[in-house]
Amino acid sequence: MTLTVTNLTNWMNDFAKKIAINKQLLSDLDTPIGDGDHGFNMDRGMKAVIDKLKDEPKDLTQALKTIAMALISTVGGASGPLYGTAFLEMAKKSTSSNDLAELLTAALAGIEKRGGAKPGDKTMVDVWDAVIPEIKNHSLTQEKINNAVVATKDMVAKKGRASYLGERAIGHIDPGSQSSGYLFSALLETEGIL
Amino acid sequence: MKLGITIVSHVPEVATGLKKLLKQVAADVSITVAGGTNDDNVGTSMEKILTAFSTNQAEEILAFYDLGSAKMNLEMAIEMTNKKVHLYDAALIEGAYTAASLIQAGVQLDEIEKQLKPLLIKD
Repeated sequence: MTLTVTNLTNWMNDFAKKIAINKQLLSDLDTPIGDGDHGFNMDRGMKAVIDKLKDEPKDLTQALKTIAMALISTVGGASGPLYGTAFLEMAKKSTSSNDLAELLTAALAGIEKRGGAKPGDKTMVDVWDAVIPEIKNHSLTQEKINNAVVATKDMVAKKGRASYLGERAIGHIDPGSQSSGYLFSALLETEGIL
Repeated sequence: MKLGITIVSHVPEVATGLKKLLKQVAADVSITVAGGTNDDNVGTSMEKILTAFSTNQAEEILAFYDLGSAKMNLEMAIEMTNKKVHLYDAALIEGAYTAASLIQAGVQLDEIEKQLKPLLIKD
């Protein structure tokens, strides 16, 4: 469960591929309950991340910071500051720990602070909150990730664009939860992290 | 003037349009805007917000925004700038207009904040 520049880079490459393949689907999820740009925004952001990581960051902290800044400056929508803050908090934490669960816990605290969302608010927080304990227990599976993503379907959104729709957002999966699902699927598939 | 205004909107024309409206009542107030993404599409940009802070002539900035990511990018920019910035969850047009007119009239910050209170509509 040690994060290194190499396995982080592999993880991000896999995440970027999943986003690229599913960008239309993510934006389609975002259309009825948001502004319809989540997939395209994330794809632009992750392409910038992969491009910046080619410069071979000298250590884990610099690598995480590079990812954060690329997302913050290229995504454009709310997922930019949210994912950006997650990686920025991981960068800060990485000066004292390279344990994946500890880093992700710091990231989740950053996401909650930045967006003001709590578990149950139909946001990416729901997936991060469900997945991190499984990572700690070495018990994460694809099925558990899927369940966490699908669980947002029946929630009423308290944060983000979907919150303007009230109960009308029920029945739609939260797009940020879906992209977070891809992030953790990529993590599951990356050798030598979990 | 000691106090200035920064407007953050998802759409460049909303930001510049609001500035035009405010300038009618606040000709001497430094008003800077950050509208749209870096390539001027719909969205917000932390870099544009930082530039709006640094080019503002005032010592202290009152910041107003429209939706969602605008606030998050504003908060990140506030953490990174050396300037003193006050962020208000006020209705964008009414809040910025109120602040601009009062700054032009030489009203102090605590009194401006009192008048902004009924206009706070977001969290």
